[in-house]
Amino acid sequence: MLAQPISLAVEAISVAYPNGHLALKDAGFTLGAGTICGLVGINGSGKSTMFKSIMGLVRPARGRVLIAGGPVEAALKRNLVAYVPQAEEVDWSFPVSVRDVVMMGRYGHMNLLRIPRAVDRREVTAALERVGMADLAERQIGELSGGQRKRVFLARALAQGGQLLLLDEPFTGVDVTTEESIITLLKALRDEGRIILVSTHNLGSVPTFCDQVVLVNRTVLAAGPTSEVFTGPNLLRAFGGALRQHSLPGATPLPADAVIVLSDDERPLVMAPDGQVMGRLPRDI
Amino acid sequence: MGEELLVPFLYDYMRRAMAISALVGAVAGLLSCYVVLKGWSLMGDALSHAIVPGVVLAWLVGIPFAIGAFAAGMLAALAMAGLRDRTPIREDAVIGVVFTSFFGLGLFLMSIFPSNIRLRTIIFGNVLGIADEDIVQMAIIAVVVLAALALRGRDLMLSLFDPTQLVVAGGSPARMRILLLVLLAATAVAGLQAVGAILVIGMLVTPGATAYLLTDRFGRMAGLAAGIGAVTGLLGAYGSYFLDGSTGGSIVALQAALFVVVLVFAPKHGILATRRAARVAA
Ligand SMILES: Nc1ncnc2c1ncn2[C@@H]1O[C@H](COP(=O)(O)OP(=O)(O)O)[C@@H](O)[C@H]1O
Ligand SMILES: [Mg+2]
Repeated sequence: MLAQPISLAVEAISVAYPNGHLALKDAGFTLGAGTICGLVGINGSGKSTMFKSIMGLVRPARGRVLIAGGPVEAALKRNLVAYVPQAEEVDWSFPVSVRDVVMMGRYGHMNLLRIPRAVDRREVTAALERVGMADLAERQIGELSGGQRKRVFLARALAQGGQLLLLDEPFTGVDVTTEESIITLLKALRDEGRIILVSTHNLGSVPTFCDQVVLVNRTVLAAGPTSEVFTGPNLLRAFGGALRQHSLPGATPLPADAVIVLSDDERPLVMAPDGQVMGRLPRDI
Repeated sequence: MGEELLVPFLYDYMRRAMAISALVGAVAGLLSCYVVLKGWSLMGDALSHAIVPGVVLAWLVGIPFAIGAFAAGMLAALAMAGLRDRTPIREDAVIGVVFTSFFGLGLFLMSIFPSNIRLRTIIFGNVLGIADEDIVQMAIIAVVVLAALALRGRDLMLSLFDPTQLVVAGGSPARMRILLLVLLAATAVAGLQAVGAILVIGMLVTPGATAYLLTDRFGRMAGLAAGIGAVTGLLGAYGSYFLDGSTGGSIVALQAALFVVVLVFAPKHGILATRRAARVAA
């Protein structure tokens, strides 16, 4: 289908906002087809700015972004880039149905008048079925649960046929069950050869589904396979004082220094004393 | 008695007035959906006041009033954008300062030529006394706005709901913002003579707000708002024959009355329905 498999190369970009704030400096990483990558950093570290650069919404003052070996504009024209917005960015009272939103993913395939053809309707229905939202297709988007809302926008990315999926904080305000069902879907999409870039400040879930991790704090601190990058010392560098270290409750059948629990918010991360990630806790302690 | 009600249809000028009011009402109603969803009511109000000096100057120079009005509207929009980007003044204050300046200048210019009937008609709205060439101008504007919405309406809607997705689909939110601004100014110009500069904002907001309460789908909202605009435009012009009052007043008052009825009785988002739902939940 594609002339060449999807790839993403962010080459030493520096991004400044009009007010002079330098949000990213010399930030770079590369990803190949069939990868789920976590973009991890504290609030304000530049995760959304990185997404905006990849979508061409902000232009790096230096460096460049290459998608499938070409510039961002060419990738947008080929509908390669799909994004799932942060929940707070969406006007949930807007008069559109679930199906309307998914159809927006097809706009780039339509002519200037944006009149859907049979193939567009088919793709929309297929995407709705894939995320399990076909029954709710006629609902107004505000009448959905947090997890269902996420799935609508995932369906839009699927209907678009995007090969590079950008998800900005998809697990904020979503319960653990829903998070797991979204992760299952993301893994299936990865196995079809897509690149999925997920920004999160939620440490606990990262090792459970990310093949690669990019740690950001106004630049890329470290990037690579999760097992190499997602380590205690790196996380302490990325999160600094924002990280809370817990000791385990007295009742746990473990010696006091057997594990280290790190958390930025609701899903704490559990590491061995040598910095090896062991997993996560389902609840805060 | 029954025959009396048909009298307005016997007069050529009444038929024309009703037709043009319905057309402008429909176009303004359609556009009001975008204005309401963008949250641009204040911007629309500002533009419709800011076009007044353009009308007077166009009359002085002897060019079609629509051109002068539209130019003044665009100048006001540029002034607002410039002030907003170059000063720390908040946006609502910027809009307030610019539109009162323009409107004040317009009223001042008018006070220099107080006896000109045609100017008063244009600015305070009296569709019954409208000149033929002005009807032509209004009709042209209405058709152009309709065509623009038919061609770019979906992108415009997407730019309001999710501008990033429009970028991803290869469109430009900045261009859509300019398009909405231009359509708003053009429709305000067309609406001037139907309801007057002061009331034209009613036509550009109320039908959309009413339709918003009646449906959860953009397509239906647009259809309803256009229908409300057309029917109230026609009835307002018709009614003003008997009431001997201003057409603008009757059109906008009709729309306001309809809004109140819908606000109370709308099947899902009306006050009564919301109360019922709250009781059921309790
Ligand atoms: N439009 C903007 N104008 C100016 N500064 C911005 C803008 N957007 C973000 N920033 C700043 O850039 C930094 C990075 O922001 P962002 O990329 O949104 O971080 P994150 O998504 O990781 O929370 C922050 O300090 C933020 O205040
Ligand atoms: Mg962000």
